[in-house]
Amino acid sequence: MNEKTIGYGIAGLVLATAIIFAVTGKAVPITSGPGIWVASFLTLAIFSFLYDDNPLYKFAEHLFVGVSAAYWMVIGIWQTLMPNLIGRLFPEWVADTFDIKAEIAANYFYIVPLLLGILLLCKLIPGIHWLSRWALAFIIGTTAGLNFVRYLMSNFIAQIRNSMIPLVVIEDGAFSLGRSFSNIVMVTGIMAALFYFFFSKEHKGWFGTASKYGVIILMIAFGAAFGYTVMGRIALLIGRIEFLLHSWLQII
Amino acid sequence: MRVKRFFEKLSTLDRRIIYCLIGVSIIISLIGKLQFREFPSAMTKKVFATIESLPKDAKVLVAMDYDPPSEPELHPMATAFVRQLAAKEVNLYFVALWPMGQVMTSKIVDKVLKKKFPDYQYGKDYVDLGFKSGNQGVINVMRTNIKKLFTTDRGGTDINSIPLMEHVSSLKDFDLIVSVSAGYPGIIEWIQFGSDPAGVPIINGSTAVQAPQVFPYFPRQLAGVLGGIKAAAEYESLVKERYPEIAGDENMAIMRMGPQTIAHLIIIFFIVVGNICYFVTRKMSV
Repeated sequence: MNEKTIGYGIAGLVLATAIIFAVTGKAVPITSGPGIWVASFLTLAIFSFLYDDNPLYKFAEHLFVGVSAAYWMVIGIWQTLMPNLIGRLFPEWVADTFDIKAEIAANYFYIVPLLLGILLLCKLIPGIHWLSRWALAFIIGTTAGLNFVRYLMSNFIAQIRNSMIPLVVIEDGAFSLGRSFSNIVMVTGIMAALFYFFFSKEHKGWFGTASKYGVIILMIAFGAAFGYTVMGRIALLIGRIEFLLHSWLQII
Repeated sequence: MRVKRFFEKLSTLDRRIIYCLIGVSIIISLIGKLQFREFPSAMTKKVFATIESLPKDAKVLVAMDYDPPSEPELHPMATAFVRQLAAKEVNLYFVALWPMGQVMTSKIVDKVLKKKFPDYQYGKDYVDLGFKSGNQGVINVMRTNIKKLFTTDRGGTDINSIPLMEHVSSLKDFDLIVSVSAGYPGIIEWIQFGSDPAGVPIINGSTAVQAPQVFPYFPRQLAGVLGGIKAAAEYESLVKERYPEIAGDENMAIMRMGPQTIAHLIIIFFIVVGNICYFVTRKMSV
């Protein structure tokens, strides 16, 4: 960032302040609390990356990473470990020392997850890192068992059932063109997309045509999803700018 | 030649100019309070109608599975959900699978229930069960035995001493689940492990990024979806029209749609210009 850029930046700030004062009749206030000022500074530091990489952005980025790591560690200890593990093994001690009400009676079955957690931490010790595989096997097996049936029911079988919709829709005794067209597009689109991913047959002839139709459907779906993503990101930008204008500058 | 150079220069426009234009347009739209009338879509009307059909004292589980990064999109729709639910005089059970979700619950309770519905009493009309770690495991246990997992509410009160929890033992005792979700764990886990196996209807407010992943569950597994700030604005307009006395002036999504629309128009303009430049320069190079 050279002197010319810094000069343009300062000039831009002065111009923006003048415009804000002319439009709203208010000078930039200093009544916002220190927390708001820190948040505003960090927001603007992150936004400065849009111009170019710079030390302010790097500082804000590193601060964010560090604070996030610390935050999730604290959450992990006080919201997960203490009430769910220590609080179940030693409920009276936890209630007296930390005022966390977890259980009335101790449940010593929770020694098993405590031991599994210690085994998992052995991953960090070079000589006995292989012990962590037992805990990992338990985690993977439990997760697979827990999720397998539900994914099969809700994401596979239910979705096949949801795809079986009438191609000719009769509503109130009359043919519904809109819904029929919508259903035809949906069913043919699903079939065509599945054709595209079937690689055991060469994509030639009618199969190739159906596969190309499937590609078009997929491209439309990806485009729509991307459009949604753009909308989401702009909404977050508006949220940040609203914070700067409302909570910090107090001009809206 | 000059024309070709013009289009070539336009196609290599500095992206910082585009960032600046979008930023300035949003700032001007926010300061000028630019708003447009909302025309609710069929999906938004479906979500609204699902809540409107609830009888008085119905039991509704509200899952607040989001945090401050998704607040601009999800907080307006969560606020509007609670407004309509409270106007229908249903019993609200707040729960969170994200740690910050319980903070979002507090914000909405303070802003909506305590200010606009002073008759709503904690323990009799609504309860905050707080955050529980365990992702879909929490929902799995809730499906069969809620009190096994939630032995106290968020404030530490014994769950059996709360009047509202007297006739609630599992997810099947609820009339509706309202999931406001920003990712994992969220609506997909609530459908797979909660509403689908328990047979409880569910509606959802999602971020725009997650909404395309959720639409396949509509309508048989999911009664309705609000996807992003646009759907939130449409929903707010329906709530404001039906309940003008409680909607107030704090319709955050409607306020944000003005700048959103201008930003989208600028993006569309540059996409069109970019494509024109591409085809013109390619034709001129041949």
